[in-house]
Amino acid sequence: MSVASLNRETAFQARSLFRSLLRYSGQFSNYNFREYARRKTRDSFREHQNTTEERRVQELIQEGLQSLRLLKRQTIISQFYQLDKLVVEGQKTGKETGDHGGIVRQKDTGWD
Amino acid sequence: MTSAVSTAWRQASAFSTRLSAYSRAPRVLATGLRGARSYVSETKVGQAQVNIETAIKEEQKSFMNQSHMAPQDTKLPGSGTSGDAAMSPSAGILKQATVMDQGTRPIYLDMQATTPLDPRVLDTMLPYLTGIYGNPHSRTHAYGWESEKGVEEARGHIAKLIGADPKEIIFTSGATESNNMSLKGVARFFGRSGKKNHIITTQTEHKCVLDSCRHLQDEGFEVTYLPVQSNGLIRMSDLEAAMRPETCIVSVMAVNNEIGVIQPLEEIGRLCRSKKVFFHTDGAQAVGKIPLDVNKLNIDLMSISSHKIYGPKGVGACFVRRRPRVRLDPLITGGGQERGLRSGTLAPHLAVGFGEACRIAAQDMEYDTKHINRLSKRLSEGLLAMEHTTLNGDPEHHYPGCVNISFAYVEGESLLMALNDIALSSGSACTSASLEPSYVLRALGSSDESAHSSIRFGIGRFTSDEEIDYVLKAVQARVSFLRELSPLWELVQEGIDLNTIEWSQH
Repeated sequence: MSVASLNRETAFQARSLFRSLLRYSGQFSNYNFREYARRKTRDSFREHQNTTEERRVQELIQEGLQSLRLLKRQTIISQFYQLDKLVVEGQKTGKETGDHGGIVRQKDTGWD
Repeated sequence: MTSAVSTAWRQASAFSTRLSAYSRAPRVLATGLRGARSYVSETKVGQAQVNIETAIKEEQKSFMNQSHMAPQDTKLPGSGTSGDAAMSPSAGILKQATVMDQGTRPIYLDMQATTPLDPRVLDTMLPYLTGIYGNPHSRTHAYGWESEKGVEEARGHIAKLIGADPKEIIFTSGATESNNMSLKGVARFFGRSGKKNHIITTQTEHKCVLDSCRHLQDEGFEVTYLPVQSNGLIRMSDLEAAMRPETCIVSVMAVNNEIGVIQPLEEIGRLCRSKKVFFHTDGAQAVGKIPLDVNKLNIDLMSISSHKIYGPKGVGACFVRRRPRVRLDPLITGGGQERGLRSGTLAPHLAVGFGEACRIAAQDMEYDTKHINRLSKRLSEGLLAMEHTTLNGDPEHHYPGCVNISFAYVEGESLLMALNDIALSSGSACTSASLEPSYVLRALGSSDESAHSSIRFGIGRFTSDEEIDYVLKAVQARVSFLRELSPLWELVQEGIDLNTIEWSQH
């Protein structure tokens, strides 16, 4: 019983860690880092999805928490120095439709 | 008294008119003139300003109530502008605007020139750029000790990546300095006795190795430049034949920077060890990307660069074997840091970043290799599916992150110009300023035209699938466009062999 409840708690912790990692990954202003962070998060969790040994799971969660702290710091830094978007990003063209006007971009970032 | 009252009145009336001009906030008019202050509404920022958004919304609401039509569905008679554009000019402008969600920054596909700094590396570097500023060679205080600890840890990570001892790693300013140090150092040290004055290298080496050799030639050394086969690999029999009793060092690069072929290091190492010749390899493009073990491969000296493995620029390392000891003349002399081989204060932040980059490379090598292999396969298959394209270099002994392809009947430089939304190169960054065909491709025996029309695609850890798809589409479109322009392409389409044509001289 106690083991099962512990497992449930760990599973909850792991899921919440996964979600926060993904959320912070998306905050990199650099396209390549953003994509890499998302891919790496998904693949790392997938790689270890069948890990059952308690000790190892805790180790992995600690590792994840460390990455989360790193992501928090680095995404903030990346937002300070924003450059223009890459040609592969966005890809929305044509006239604005709908009533939000949200996809018009202001181009004033980057060093010339 | 009267004057005081009249000023109060004037102030109050002026304020209330201002209010009525800007907002519909309930007006509190002075009902009497005595005790002036209490009759005037409080002065707050919110009451002196109009919130445009709410004002527009309120206006739209009242419009809806009156006409039972949504403002964006109505058109003003005459002008044809929509209803909500007339109500809020900003919304109208947005309606007219063309969406510009496309970025303008080119895709980076030149990972052989340099790589972006990994955020994880930056994270370890930042403390050394802010708080930990001690000189790592200061032994008398804690500032020095903490810097030294970071540097030594980094040295450990680098050594672990190549299977060496931390004491065998010498920090330098980059792979160019390491190459210079190894070649000139060993040659000068052993050349002093006058017996060993022969160096062997290959024709496809990086410029810094070739140039060091040329300088040594001026100093009286003899240099053999080994030719390569058409696949970019050297022939072992050539190397063995070139070796003489007076040969002191052999320098062959591990992974070529332009075509990505991996030389048979193990065999070269074994041969050099058996002949008691030092073996130097330029591992700038190889370390951290393919597994390398200096003991297994019998490498005596190796150059490593930090900025090719997602580390900071401006730092590199040279592996100098201790057992059997490699002795060399230092290029830079001074305070005797780094075993006296490379004096000068270390840059702790760069060294630490380099170390972290090596640690990540070792940890993620399998994962990154899988990713790069997949993308490289996709890219090369897509590009080679076009007609008259060839892959340069050996397809087997090949680092997948470097794809060098020749597009026949297209001028390489004009293709690079046409592909201005992709950062590419036709060869190494050092030679990208000149329009000369690449000397590496010439050494493979490819014709001038083929060398001119080749382009190098570099794939790395941060390259994404969408980027590769974009590149494939862009290259296919631009190559066929440029070929359509070319009269040579027309002749080829008609089935005329270009070699049979006798061009008239003008």
